[in-house]
Order: sequence, then structure tokens, then C-alpha cells
Amino acid sequence: MTTPKTKRHALSTRLWHWINAAAMVVLFMSGLGISNAHRYLYWGDYGFDPADAWTAVMRFPNWATLPQRYNLAEARDWHSGAAWVFALALFGMWIAMLANRHFARDIAAPVSAWSPAHLWVEVKEHLKGRFHAEDGAKYNTLQKLTYGVVLGVLLPLMIFTGLAISPGFEPAAPWLVDMLSGRQSARSLHFIAAFALFAFFVVHIVMVTLSNPLKQMWAMIAGGQAPQEDKL
Amino acid sequence: MTRIARRSLLAGMAALGTAGCSKIDGFATSDSGSGLFDLAEDWHLAAHRTLAGRQALAPEYAAEDRSPSFKGNGSLTVDSPIYKEQLAKGFPDWRISVKGLVENELRLSLADLKALPQRTQITRHDCVEGWSAIGEWTGPQLSGLLDAAKVKPEANFIVFWCADVLYGRQYYESVDMVDAYHPQTIIAHSLNGEPIPEKNGAPLRMRIERQLGYKHAKYLTGIEAVARLDDIKGGKGGFWEDIGNYQWYAGI
Repeated sequence: MTTPKTKRHALSTRLWHWINAAAMVVLFMSGLGISNAHRYLYWGDYGFDPADAWTAVMRFPNWATLPQRYNLAEARDWHSGAAWVFALALFGMWIAMLANRHFARDIAAPVSAWSPAHLWVEVKEHLKGRFHAEDGAKYNTLQKLTYGVVLGVLLPLMIFTGLAISPGFEPAAPWLVDMLSGRQSARSLHFIAAFALFAFFVVHIVMVTLSNPLKQMWAMIAGGQAPQEDKL
Repeated sequence: MTRIARRSLLAGMAALGTAGCSKIDGFATSDSGSGLFDLAEDWHLAAHRTLAGRQALAPEYAAEDRSPSFKGNGSLTVDSPIYKEQLAKGFPDWRISVKGLVENELRLSLADLKALPQRTQITRHDCVEGWSAIGEWTGPQLSGLLDAAKVKPEANFIVFWCADVLYGRQYYESVDMVDAYHPQTIIAHSLNGEPIPEKNGAPLRMRIERQLGYKHAKYLTGIEAVARLDDIKGGKGGFWEDIGNYQWYAGI
């Protein structure tokens, strides 16, 4: 029997995980639909001529977009609606994560653990299918770094680059657009960060599938048991 | 509740709950799900104006930051012999009217507009499709015209009437009074120091700098002060809003 204190995942983590997952599915699929309106990416402030684009993106098929046909207005409705859920939930998760020490205890990795030699050892362990962290910690260093980059860099970058694309938000923080070196650069970074998150999503699903997926999924719903109990 | 009443509630974030309720009330009669989408749109508008201030300026650029050309999109001309003739002659007989809920209706030629105090601004034009162009626009501020026409207090929106026809429908757009009186809202007659090219809206085009390109009405013929939008054309405040359910607030 477990008490709430020994749950593997705090209630705030579980709530955020699923709200965020739903918001990200809507944002990614509607984003692919928006991308189909102009499939060229540029660096700098302006860009409209395909000849100036640094890349031309594929046309995403209808099954991958929201809605499931080309409709820019409706895709934008889904995107700017779900953006509220995504941004406010991430803000709430960061507050909860700092308050309940989830970040300090489970995600922050000591600088000593960042050494290439140590990371290489962990990569080899991963490839052998051994994902356990040492010392009863919840996550190994590779996991800590990945979750840290996702929570601290990629997800916030989606919000900041998204805000920087909005002409109505820009007068509130023109420095943000400057910092990202222009609106079209912000749009390119928005796209790149979205696909980095998609890559994370794929690896995340693969790793969960390789490590007792039903137990893992149930733990993210009901809370599961803390690692200390796991080892007994 | 009407769109107007809702918009007037947007002065502060405190009013958002009420705005939401009115949207949900309209849910059953509107397209499925649009109640929540409209609510999100209202929140974006309120957040932008709360964070930046109602009169905050869009960034202005230096001359060397301009894009080498300025893309034309949507209507690229007005398909009528009169327009072609006026275009060839430099629009000597083009007039715009200022009408609706005003004390003094106005009728102005290009020369009249150029005789007013002018504002020149180098701004970035962002299309809903995702691309951007930067150009220098010159023209009188809309606020000066509205003051000269003495807009009545019951006016809540300014509608821009256009000469171009797309998919068999006349183009038009609208903004609320905050954007109408915004210092960068000008009736542009010049782009990069030359008369506006045909594809960009000759002879006159609105600049609504904090919103996307489809709000910047081209081939302008009339400016009308109105109390409400739901009894005009398709009732959603603009061509793309009516025809494709595009967002009336195009600040995102």
C-alpha cells in the first residue's frame, strides 16, 4: 500500500502531462495545416519569395492536419485556442515543479554528470536496454537532460517564438522579435522546435513501449509507486 | 448579446468571464465549436491590448530594412474599365467618402488626402499565410478624417469599403475604434515613395499595422462609421471573415 507521498508521479505532473499531450496533438496537427498555407521558411524580418527561402517544407497530407482538409481559418482557430491551454498549463507545471521540488530532485542534473564519458556510459546502457538510474534516482542523466531540455528550452521556445510571430503581441515586447532576429526567423525557429518536440515524442513513445508500457501509462494516470518502493 | 457589446467589454481582463458567457449563449446557433474559438480570439485581443497598451506602436524599420519588392496577394486589380482608365490617368476622379454615423459626411479626392498632414512609416506586412514584406507607406491618419467628419458617439466600428470584387463579392473590412484611432492607422497613397502599385491596392489602401494583411483594405472607396457589424454583408465584419470564417481580430 502506498500513501500519496510515495507516488511516483505527483498529481500536478500527471494532470499537466495529459493536458499538455492533448494540447500538443492539437497544436502540432493544426500547425501542419497552417504550414501548408505557405511552405517556405526564411531568416530575418521579411520573406515572401520562395527564391529567398532557406527551405521549402513538404505539403503535409490531410490525414496529418487539423482539420483533415486544407482550411487555414479553422486550423488557426484550433492553433490559437489550444495555445492558451498549452501556455497556461506549462506555466502552472513550472510553478508546481519548483514548489514540490520535482525539478530540483528529479530533473536537475549535477554538472559532474554532464561529462561526455559519463553520458557515453549511459548511452551504452540504454542501447543494451538497461534504463535504470543509479542511487535510487527517478531518472538517469540522459533522461534528466532530455526532460530538462524539453521543459526548459523547447516548450518555452514554442511559446516565445509563437508570440513573436503575432503582429498584435509584438508591440508588447518588440525586443522578443529582435532577440529572435526577426519575425521570419521566429517562424523558422517555431517550426524547428516543433519538429524537435515531435522527435522527442517519438523517442518517448519508443522508450515507454520498451519499458513495461502498461505499468508506465497507468503510473502516469494513477500515480504509481515511487522508485524507492520499486527496489524493494 | 451583440458583437459590439462584447467588444466594449474588452477594456480589461476582468470582463472576460462575461464575454465568455455571451459566447456560450450563441453556441447553439453558430458553427460547432466556434464559441470557444471566439472566446480564445477575444482573450488574445484583450491580452495584447492589456500588455502593450491600446495605442502601442508596431515596430518601424529603417529604409535599408525594406524588402526589395512588395508581394501582391488576393485581389491584384479591380476588373472594370473605369478603374483601368483611372489607373492610366493617375486617378483624377477617384473619391472616397466618409459616411455613416458622422455629423459631416466627407468626399475627398487624392489631392484632398495629400493636402492633409501626412504620416510616413516603414512597417512589416504580415500575411495570414505566413510571409512578410517591409515597405514605406505614406498617407493621412484615419483619426484626422474621423475627427473632421465628427464621428457620433454611438459608432463602435469603422468599415472600409473597397472597389475590388473577389469570388463575386465586394471586398470590405472593419476595425474597432481603438484601431481606427491608432496613430499608425493611415490611408496610404504611396508605397516606397511612389504611388501605390496596382497589385498593392492603387490608389488607396488602409494600413492597420498591428493586424494581418487581410485587414489592410485595398482599392479603398469608402469609410463608414457604424454601430454594429452583424447587419452588414455576411455579418462577420469583413470579406474573409464572411467567406471563410477568418478571425475578425487578426492580431495573431
